[in-house]
Amino acid sequence: MFDLFAFIPRAIVQGIPLLFGCTGETISEKAGSLNLGIPGVMYVGGICGVIGAFLYEQSADGNVQAFPAIAIPLLACLAGSLLMGLLFSVLTITLRVNQNVVGLAMTTFGVGIGNFFGGSLIKLTGSDVPSIILSSTSAYFSKTLPFAHSTGIFGKLVLSYGFLAYVAVIIAIITAYVLKRTRVGLQLRAVGENPATADAAGVNITKYKYMATCIGCMIAGLGGLYYVMDYASGVWTNDAFGDRGWLAIALVIFTLWRPNVAIFGSFLFGGLCILYLFIPTGTEMAVKELYKMLPYVVTIIVLILTGMRNKRENQPPESLGLPYFREDR
Amino acid sequence: MSKANREPLIHITKRKEMDWKQAWIIRVISIVCALIVCALVTMVMTGQDPLSIFGAILEGAFGTERKLWILGKETAVLLCVSVAMAPAFRMKFWNLGGEGQMLIGAWLTAACMIYLGGKVPSVVIILISLIGAIAIGAVWAGIPAFFKAKWNTNEVLFTLMMNYVAIQLVAYYIIIWENPKGSFNVGIINQSTRDGWLPYIGSFQYLLNILVVAAVTVLMYVYLQYSKHGYEIAVVGESQSTARYVGIKVDRVIIRTLLVSGGICGLCGFLMVAGTDHTITTTLAGGRGFLGILVAWLAQFNSLAMVLVSLLLCVMSRGAGEISTDYGLNQSFGDILTGIILFFIIGSEFFINYRINVRGSDKVIKEAKSAGPEGGLH
Repeated sequence: MFDLFAFIPRAIVQGIPLLFGCTGETISEKAGSLNLGIPGVMYVGGICGVIGAFLYEQSADGNVQAFPAIAIPLLACLAGSLLMGLLFSVLTITLRVNQNVVGLAMTTFGVGIGNFFGGSLIKLTGSDVPSIILSSTSAYFSKTLPFAHSTGIFGKLVLSYGFLAYVAVIIAIITAYVLKRTRVGLQLRAVGENPATADAAGVNITKYKYMATCIGCMIAGLGGLYYVMDYASGVWTNDAFGDRGWLAIALVIFTLWRPNVAIFGSFLFGGLCILYLFIPTGTEMAVKELYKMLPYVVTIIVLILTGMRNKRENQPPESLGLPYFREDR
Repeated sequence: MSKANREPLIHITKRKEMDWKQAWIIRVISIVCALIVCALVTMVMTGQDPLSIFGAILEGAFGTERKLWILGKETAVLLCVSVAMAPAFRMKFWNLGGEGQMLIGAWLTAACMIYLGGKVPSVVIILISLIGAIAIGAVWAGIPAFFKAKWNTNEVLFTLMMNYVAIQLVAYYIIIWENPKGSFNVGIINQSTRDGWLPYIGSFQYLLNILVVAAVTVLMYVYLQYSKHGYEIAVVGESQSTARYVGIKVDRVIIRTLLVSGGICGLCGFLMVAGTDHTITTTLAGGRGFLGILVAWLAQFNSLAMVLVSLLLCVMSRGAGEISTDYGLNQSFGDILTGIILFFIIGSEFFINYRINVRGSDKVIKEAKSAGPEGGLH
């Protein structure tokens, strides 16, 4: 039988990293920067959190406190993702290099950093643990509300997640509000649609683009942190994060650049990702591999449909992917 | 002078055209800087002095005859993907699907070897899998191209998603073909009969691959530089409306070019399975589909530059592999070094395309100019 109440929480847990990535990428794209480095940024965010947590656990010697256990990985993750954001910004905004090229290089680099430090951290710090298992810090990340398990189905569906999951939803809602309803959001969108006009109106293009890309990267980095510290219970496995970063970028188009829609979009994608676990296939193991194709096939179908319908309000920001040079006419 | 009226400290202007010598000097300087940073990073990780690090890199890449051959093989694969990417890229079509196109070509080759092995002569298997791999690679790239040409579908994500469709398809067949059962591993296909294996030239296993890729590179150079197709690709890449105006059928050019691009990726997959690996895994492409795009971009479609950039990246990744083995570090170290090199070369493009005028230096030039004619009169 298909167990819906077991399926939904798992779909949501799968969707949260996508939601972080999608919200971050949306902010960046709204300012005109198509950041294909998001998969790399999410790896870097994850591994920086792991490094922070690992060093803290090593120094705390079993005496892990709640506040530093959350603050240190969180800050490390934000700092790492910010550095990646700055790298992308310097290359594409200041040096005006092609965004796709920089993004692809950043993905290679970021995934390399994640796997390298994930595989060599123990060797580099000279400690004697056999593998990176951060269960004591991870416990604080995945802590749920005390009454979550006593409130029946409602508790299971809505209250049974670690705090970062709620952070993801809140960030998405705030982002949607800021983009749509505030002056900052209006100017940010102007920068992405037509930077020359925005520039003439007195908007500081460079500042907006830098801020949007860096904040976007920091939010996306949290997705990596959530994945390792909460979903994977603090166990780092190389390449385990997989291609979620690319799915997050696809989700941006799927949700038509609307972070509030992305909340449900990401849960839907999360569901597609794990559907193969819930469809009975008997002894045919191989068929499961075909079911794993689902999120990608759905993305392709969505791409085709949005391309065909070609509605004006569903289009990407007009100057998406183009560098801005004031003297270029 | 009030602050607002002052000339900005740094003023950036676009260069018209830089002569290629100067451009290459900038690129070489950026590579040297990148190598220095790479050495510093390696120094921090391993605690060795930079000279011995470069020694280890060269040792890892060129140390023995076998390592030299592996370097050649790896460079050939990367070069082949970059050559495949070049035409699509020149047309400003972002083909991020190189991974999938290679993999699906490799899959078809493996399928031919498994299902036809022992039933028909080896030559027939090679021919069928060669043609099949090129065709299926072309189809894999042609589908996104068709939708791009007809409905302007976003090709970046479409080609990207096709990668994962290919990966899952291969994962499905790996479970069906796995040998022994339960290992999630196909093993060496037709090990005893060698059906469908490309022949060795003399005793050199990798030579044929390298020669084929060299030939493809030359052909692509000629195709892009001297054929009518190459010209059409360049025009479509510069401006689609211009292309339409001069009577080029843009959608046809897009689809045709992507068929070429995907076909060469499929060929690359064929070469890897039939020529060197004789097995198939989901990680066969190993990120080279993406790396190939960067190589094509960095080389600016210059075939010789493509060879050099591929070689540089392969030397660094082989060398980094050696270092990681020596010091018990993770093999992904190579990706970090590759990333550093890429960032530096990418960044150097700015200094080729733009001129930086610092406040003051400009004035000197102006004064010299205004003084110039007078000086000539006296």
